[in-house]
Amino acid sequence: MLKIDQLKASIEGKEILKGINLEVNAGEVHAIMGPNGSGKSTLSNIIAGRDEYDVTGGSILFNKEDLMELEPEERAHLGVFLSFQYPIEIPGVSVTNFIKTSINETRKAKGLDPMPAKEMLKMMREKMELLEMDRKFLNRSLNEGFSGGEKKRNEIFQMAMLEPKLAILDETDSGLDIDALRIVANGVNKLKSEDNAVIVITHYQRLLDHIIPDVVHVMLDGRIVKTGDKTLAYELEEKGYDWIKQELAETV
Amino acid sequence: MSDENKMLEEVTTSEYKYGFYTDVENDAIPAGLSEEVVRLISAKKNEPQWMLDWRLNAFRKWSKMKEPNWQKVNYVKPDYEAITYYSAPKKKVGPDSLEEVDPELLKTFERLGISLEEQKRLTGVAVDVVVDSTSVATSFKEKLGELGILFMSMGEAIQEYPDLVRKYLGTVVPPADNFFAALNSAVFSDGSFCYIPKGVRCPMELSTYFRINAAGTGQFERTLVIAEEGSYVSYLEGCTAPQRDENQLHAAVVELIALDRAEIKYSTVQNWYPGDKEGKGGVYNFVTKRGICHESAKISWTQVETGSAVTWKYPSCILKGDNSIGEFYSVAVTSNRQQADTGTKMIHIGKNTKSTIIAKGISAGESDGSYRGLVKVMKNAKNARNFSQCDSLLMGDKCGAHTFPYIEVKNDTAKIEHEATTSKIGEDQIFYCKQRGLGEEEAIALIVNGYVKEVLNQLPMEFAVEAQKLLEISLEGSVG
Repeated sequence: MLKIDQLKASIEGKEILKGINLEVNAGEVHAIMGPNGSGKSTLSNIIAGRDEYDVTGGSILFNKEDLMELEPEERAHLGVFLSFQYPIEIPGVSVTNFIKTSINETRKAKGLDPMPAKEMLKMMREKMELLEMDRKFLNRSLNEGFSGGEKKRNEIFQMAMLEPKLAILDETDSGLDIDALRIVANGVNKLKSEDNAVIVITHYQRLLDHIIPDVVHVMLDGRIVKTGDKTLAYELEEKGYDWIKQELAETV
Repeated sequence: MSDENKMLEEVTTSEYKYGFYTDVENDAIPAGLSEEVVRLISAKKNEPQWMLDWRLNAFRKWSKMKEPNWQKVNYVKPDYEAITYYSAPKKKVGPDSLEEVDPELLKTFERLGISLEEQKRLTGVAVDVVVDSTSVATSFKEKLGELGILFMSMGEAIQEYPDLVRKYLGTVVPPADNFFAALNSAVFSDGSFCYIPKGVRCPMELSTYFRINAAGTGQFERTLVIAEEGSYVSYLEGCTAPQRDENQLHAAVVELIALDRAEIKYSTVQNWYPGDKEGKGGVYNFVTKRGICHESAKISWTQVETGSAVTWKYPSCILKGDNSIGEFYSVAVTSNRQQADTGTKMIHIGKNTKSTIIAKGISAGESDGSYRGLVKVMKNAKNARNFSQCDSLLMGDKCGAHTFPYIEVKNDTAKIEHEATTSKIGEDQIFYCKQRGLGEEEAIALIVNGYVKEVLNQLPMEFAVEAQKLLEISLEGSVG
């Protein structure tokens, strides 16, 4: 589904990604772990199409389409979804209106008519139940005055509504208490299928207790330096990142 | 230029989409202004002597006045000798049905998406259409007549209800109030007159579409709305203008009189031709709008200003009666090289008077938008309350937004609150929307609509839809 080859990127002349290789297949959950500043968020932003980075080399293919040739909204229409680390406030635009616009713009791009209101409301009700959200939520201004946890839950709600092929969860666990974490993870698990894939970006093991990854990658200084199964996450939790750094130094 | 700016520029520099004009024969008098011209206008309209005297008095005062220049706008002052002060379509005035209306005009309205037929059928709005200073279509008059509501052109009102006009005309905006009001008082050609009898709640929104439609013709509309004790009326005013090369002056005067316990809601969507990308051409919109509230009366102004090269406009409320209420809700959009200096004045005279001001400015391109507002609390206005909120939204980094709030309080029981914010449409917000599948234009439209929602909510439903469309068009570009 997603194939990243030798991706290099910099911002203001500073190289942040130094050759990323990553392959994610449908039905898989990948976790990318790593300390602050290792380039995890840069990677997710570049996949989604944020243009403040200079991509200096490599390629990103999504179902064989070259993502680098596409606008962010075109990538979204193909089914790429990014759950933002810091969701953005849009005053005066209700959650309902935002999701409605989002779904219908995506449908328009596919040549479909807008989703009938009744169908959309039904879907919203179901997904809200899944994420144990209050109905009042729908009428609030998007992310305005939301607590950290509410913002993250709202991201997952949007994901549930948009049913993407590839969901990238950028530190969705930060700002969530234990209960919210369980609810959000539960939602993600229920939405998982053979046809879609999830990339979970996180510092901590705790989210991975709930969303079990098939593959765990460790990112350090702009590179994926180690890849393993879920046991790698436990190892990291226990020992930190220093041992990997050491291992690397020894290989060099 | 950063990508964000490039993109913003693209979406904020679209050409004026309503740039066409209708070919209707005109009956115009020669350009220039003199006592003779004033007499000629009055004679053409077959006015009584008192009306002519009133005009002449205004003209003499105007002749001694100077064009103001304290507002934060730059423009080439109009050549008042080059303006034609009267023009009327040659077709007979006052058709009984749409079939009698010049088909060219109907076509114009259809192109604007505001065809009379549609409006009549779908909304039940009585439309008094003002094209080139003279009313050419009046509808629903009979139905309103049953309730004793008068809704007609000012010209007709002067003929048919001279006592009412004489009693109220110029009582809120005196002829010598300011340079442009004086000019209007001398040469006003037509406009709307509306009278709601005591205790009557007007069952439909009264609506007038204005349209400048002859080269070189200044437009001097005069509107008078009188709401008798305990009555209610919602009045809509909207306009679009065809593309022009030379500047057109629009100096209207609107007077609202809300007697005891009456309520007037006055909504405007203004989309005069703003000039081209270089700021050439475009309408000068210098309007005086003011209402007076008697005891427990309420006046609410809502405006969506997207057009004009230069706008200079302060819909105001004189809260004369105790417990009266004044409201001002405004969205002012400037793009390209447009300039707007707009706001309101709330004059608290009576006790327990309340006023609310919500002003939202949107500046794009190289435009300049200013909010200028005065809240004045007089000595006897015990317990006056005001809440003001002035927000500015900037698009790109070449535009400007300014806020000039003036507060004068002469009674220490007054409570005045003022809030102001300035924000920019951020790359973050746009990227967030794009990630969710919205294109650039949709993203900006969504963000802008969210920003102005509080004001648009004040508009009647069908008008809010049109206002939203206008906002999108004025900020729309070549993208997509």
